[in-house]
Amino acid sequence: MSKGIMYIDGKRVAFDGEKNVLAVIRKAGIEIPTFCYYSELSVYGACRMCVVENERGGIEASCSMQPRDGMKIRTNTARLQKHRKMILELLLAAHCRDCTVCEKNGRCKLQELALQYGIRNIRFQDTREKFELDKTSPSILRDPNKCILCGDCVRVCEEVQGMGVIDFAYRGSKLQIMPAFNRKLSDTDCIGCGQCAAVCPTGAITIRGDIGRAWKAIQDPTKRVIVQVAPAVRVAIGEEFGMEAGENTMGKLVAALKMMGVDEVFDTTLGADLTVMEEASEFLKRLENGGPFPMFTSCCPAWVRYVESRNTKYLPNVSTCKSPMEMFGATLKAHYKTMEAVDGKGAVVIAIMPCTAKKGEAQREEFKRDGLNDIDYVLTTQEISTMIKENGIVFKDLESEATDMPFGLGSGAGVIFGTTGGVAEAVIRRCSAEKNTNMLREIEFCGVRGMDFVKEATVTVGEKELKIAVVHGLKNAQDLLKKIDAGEVSYDLVEVMACWGGCIGGAGQPTGRFDQRKARAQGLYDADQLSQIKRSEENPMIMALYNGVLKKNRHELLHVHYGKQD
Amino acid sequence: MHNVHSYDELVNLREFAAGSLEKQQKKVLICGGTGCVAGGSLHIYEQIKQMCEDKGLDVCVELAHEPHGDNIGLKKSGCHGFCEMGPLLKIEPLGVLYTKVKPSDCEEIVEKSVLGDEIVKHLLYQLDGKSYQHQEEIPFYKKQTRVVLANCGQSDAEDVLEYIAKGGYSALAKALSSMTGEEVCKQISESNLRGRGGGGFPTGRKWEQVRRQAEPVKYIVCNGDEGDPGAFMDRSIMEGDPHKMLEGMMIAGYAAGAQEGYIYVRAEYPLAVNRLRTAIRKAEEIGLLGENILGSGFNFKLHINRGAGAFVCGEGSALTTSIEGKRGMPRVKPPRTVEQGLFGKPTVLNNVETFANVPEIILNGAAWFKSIGPENSPGTKAFALTGNVNNTGLIEVPMGTTLREVIFDIGGGVKNGKAFKAVQIGGPSGGCLTSEHLDLPMDFDSLKKVGAMVGSGGLVVMDDSTCMVEVSRFFMNFTQNESCGKCVPCREGTKRMLEILERIVRGEGTSEDLDLLSELAATISETALCGLGKTAASPVQSTLKYFRDEYEAHVIEKRCPAGDCKALRVIQIDPALCKGCSKCSKTCPVGAISGKIKEPFSINTKTCIKCGACIAACPFKAIKEA
Repeated sequence: MSKGIMYIDGKRVAFDGEKNVLAVIRKAGIEIPTFCYYSELSVYGACRMCVVENERGGIEASCSMQPRDGMKIRTNTARLQKHRKMILELLLAAHCRDCTVCEKNGRCKLQELALQYGIRNIRFQDTREKFELDKTSPSILRDPNKCILCGDCVRVCEEVQGMGVIDFAYRGSKLQIMPAFNRKLSDTDCIGCGQCAAVCPTGAITIRGDIGRAWKAIQDPTKRVIVQVAPAVRVAIGEEFGMEAGENTMGKLVAALKMMGVDEVFDTTLGADLTVMEEASEFLKRLENGGPFPMFTSCCPAWVRYVESRNTKYLPNVSTCKSPMEMFGATLKAHYKTMEAVDGKGAVVIAIMPCTAKKGEAQREEFKRDGLNDIDYVLTTQEISTMIKENGIVFKDLESEATDMPFGLGSGAGVIFGTTGGVAEAVIRRCSAEKNTNMLREIEFCGVRGMDFVKEATVTVGEKELKIAVVHGLKNAQDLLKKIDAGEVSYDLVEVMACWGGCIGGAGQPTGRFDQRKARAQGLYDADQLSQIKRSEENPMIMALYNGVLKKNRHELLHVHYGKQD
Repeated sequence: MHNVHSYDELVNLREFAAGSLEKQQKKVLICGGTGCVAGGSLHIYEQIKQMCEDKGLDVCVELAHEPHGDNIGLKKSGCHGFCEMGPLLKIEPLGVLYTKVKPSDCEEIVEKSVLGDEIVKHLLYQLDGKSYQHQEEIPFYKKQTRVVLANCGQSDAEDVLEYIAKGGYSALAKALSSMTGEEVCKQISESNLRGRGGGGFPTGRKWEQVRRQAEPVKYIVCNGDEGDPGAFMDRSIMEGDPHKMLEGMMIAGYAAGAQEGYIYVRAEYPLAVNRLRTAIRKAEEIGLLGENILGSGFNFKLHINRGAGAFVCGEGSALTTSIEGKRGMPRVKPPRTVEQGLFGKPTVLNNVETFANVPEIILNGAAWFKSIGPENSPGTKAFALTGNVNNTGLIEVPMGTTLREVIFDIGGGVKNGKAFKAVQIGGPSGGCLTSEHLDLPMDFDSLKKVGAMVGSGGLVVMDDSTCMVEVSRFFMNFTQNESCGKCVPCREGTKRMLEILERIVRGEGTSEDLDLLSELAATISETALCGLGKTAASPVQSTLKYFRDEYEAHVIEKRCPAGDCKALRVIQIDPALCKGCSKCSKTCPVGAISGKIKEPFSINTKTCIKCGACIAACPFKAIKEA
């Protein structure tokens, strides 16, 4: 990694290990424009917006320049301005211009830069072809008419998730991004993680919205609308309202939901506690029965989809536990069935999730009972914040409210489910025989926390030493599976989350990079710290549920057997 | 089958092969290059073979691996270069070159020149009333210096023994037996051999950079993805003298420390692919490719990779990506190919002609190479001479030869006595040069100064009936179709430039369009991602520079000065000459001509489709294009 001083627009700027000149320029406080650059993905160099001029008048893209000591560059000369405007004009000429009715209106990079560079006129003919929208995925919506071919989605799908579901096809101005053979997304192995939508600078890939249906249910007096809020949502939603990443705004969110007219607001953390109980006992049972190992967690629906479509031999290794959302959904629906008999109000369960794959999970046949979904709608963090804004609520100024009873209580172990390593840590807490604070500390530092892509920990349960791995990013998970296949490593328990950072980095969250993800994770650990109840089994609601609604049909409500999909 | 395990065994084999070659009392070389094959040369080959056999002659189509008596050698040679005059047939030691040979000439050739030593006079090349018996005397060949193409047309392209008989693989043997890899790099550096693919990067420096990489696995890649319209130098080398290129690649492998090489060749070159396959197989059989070559401990394996026809795959990083089985798109640099090329390993990537230069440099030394051509661009360069020129074909001249020498002395001047207008050099990435550049030496640096480039070596000559706007449109159409679509300036910019050029040749352009063209060209050339993108606008930029008046005539006067753009043609009847015979109106397919008999007729320009049928039909030459 190189170190030195370079001169940007005449200003001395020190660099130290930055991976390219672009990073140094941004460090110098200059917002150099890009469409195709994400520091976390490979450098692609296609949009050419980040061009800079060197001393000799040569023009290069700063994303693919190495900083050198003594290097002198300019970022905004007359020529560069002209080129950037021309590139924008060319992109706009080939792009849909229905900004006001676009899903991405106000959050579109193309719109933002066109405004910033004052593009007022497009001198080229409108020769655009009209492409059909792909509405077949429950998670994302693809509109090729709005695609600027920056390739961000292609790279995130391949490099982060290892799926490679979409790629480039055709050449020249006929270039398009599509699944192989232009298949519909529903005919591909798309896991619905939505990371493509999260990186898309325009409205070419967006998240399938359920706002309309959610409002309809909320405003229907014959319905009892019950909302559950996932752990990761509370530490990210504030960002949509100008608050810091990681700030726990659960109380404000409850207040907002109540103002909007939601009947009951519960915490998915309780679902997570149920998962801990079930998963820990399944794990211990596997230990008794000799496997199969490793046991994989099943909370992440994108991961489950991957195993079902591309690595079926590991299906028996995936825990039979439903995800916390589905456990909770099934429990709620069972509980409110009795209430419906009393007042005639049908229960509508809405889950507020950081995740787009949850939308697909909610629609799975396995999670339907009597023809009805356990979860009626999944709204992402972004969608619920749109609804809050639509309702005119000043979120920042809200006074916190508590979640409703009887399902509003969750443990610290449940709340950390929202970050990578959280599920493993919660399960370890449950399995470990010692229940004191020292033990909690020990578990905290056993290696499951942090943002390393693959984390390993060894814990002793009873007389047995257990090897645990935690992996996030599906590509990393696939690499780990290859190592397991090759016999290079072996584990007893592996926690897999498809998105970087776990649920806090889900595609339903406000767009965030490494720093935000880290802050959100810290927010969850802080919530755990403040929680009176550290372990799932200590949550009094859990025992109440096991002795109540779950008493007769615990397995049916809390477990699922995933099979190979056609 | 011979198998050589050492330097001495190679020397023995060479002596044996040379002896076999001597035993061939007559050598009949029939051009097996793509142009002559298309002209029917393979039929001629078969027919001559049949006739010789019928006459009881011992015909050898390949040098015998066992001692053999006197015989007639019948060979499919590589491209002679003089494609205009094909099919070509050469007879040694008589030293005659027969041109435009037809199957019906075979009988006479066999009777007179194979059985006897007589010459078939009517098959000799003739110019200005003079017949030329020997190839070297023909003006087309006279000014050429053939180094890379030395064997093309002179020997059997499929016979490894003939290559060895003529000294082939002795450069490899020399490198392996008496030089270190570093010394090979040094000799190539000293020769100042520059990459023949267009960029002109010093080859020796590239090899040395790869040699110095710590990574143990390295690759040699040969770029045979010659995609420029009108260029066929590399194809001719691969077809005509494949072993020379293989030897160059092996020497590169030894120098840079690579044990594996890939040849990326267009699938549209089936003959080249076949010849390369044959060459690799025969080199393997003889032990010149594989493990422990010539007992030196050096191992080298070669693979052929066929390209699916994307022009962009001629760009280095796109090419290596394509070999890896991925979509061929250029990537950003760094890392450079010498650091992380094919499969992420250090890679020497050179084109066909560059590799074909290597054996001669190793054998004859750097000083010999530098004695040819100018100091900064030494050596020769092969060019494909096409377009409105009398002698189209494949030529090789010292670098620094002027355009005038190439077009007028070698090329025989512009066809049909028309005036020279321009020459497009370097294909769709190059620029056009005009009569003011005729005395410009053609080398890397001189051409760069005037906004053109050697490129791969395509030379398309244009006469005064060529519209330069249409030429620009043609190249832009090519570039847009072949753009990989990755970066915005190339993908979207070339599309818009093409739209504008199409508008102009349709007569719908405006003066603002010319400004917009310049603006687009500036953005594309300064901001595109890869070399092909950066040069995509060059044909437009250079024609705008040298032929702006033609553009202006199109947009302002709605006129095509060359009379080439159909949409701008206006066909008129001269009332002074028209006798009112009505032949024109009867010929017109769209009924655009009307008039009274014996009075001048007139053309309705709105319905006229400018087909020109009336011009041909008029017995009084009264109808003309305005």
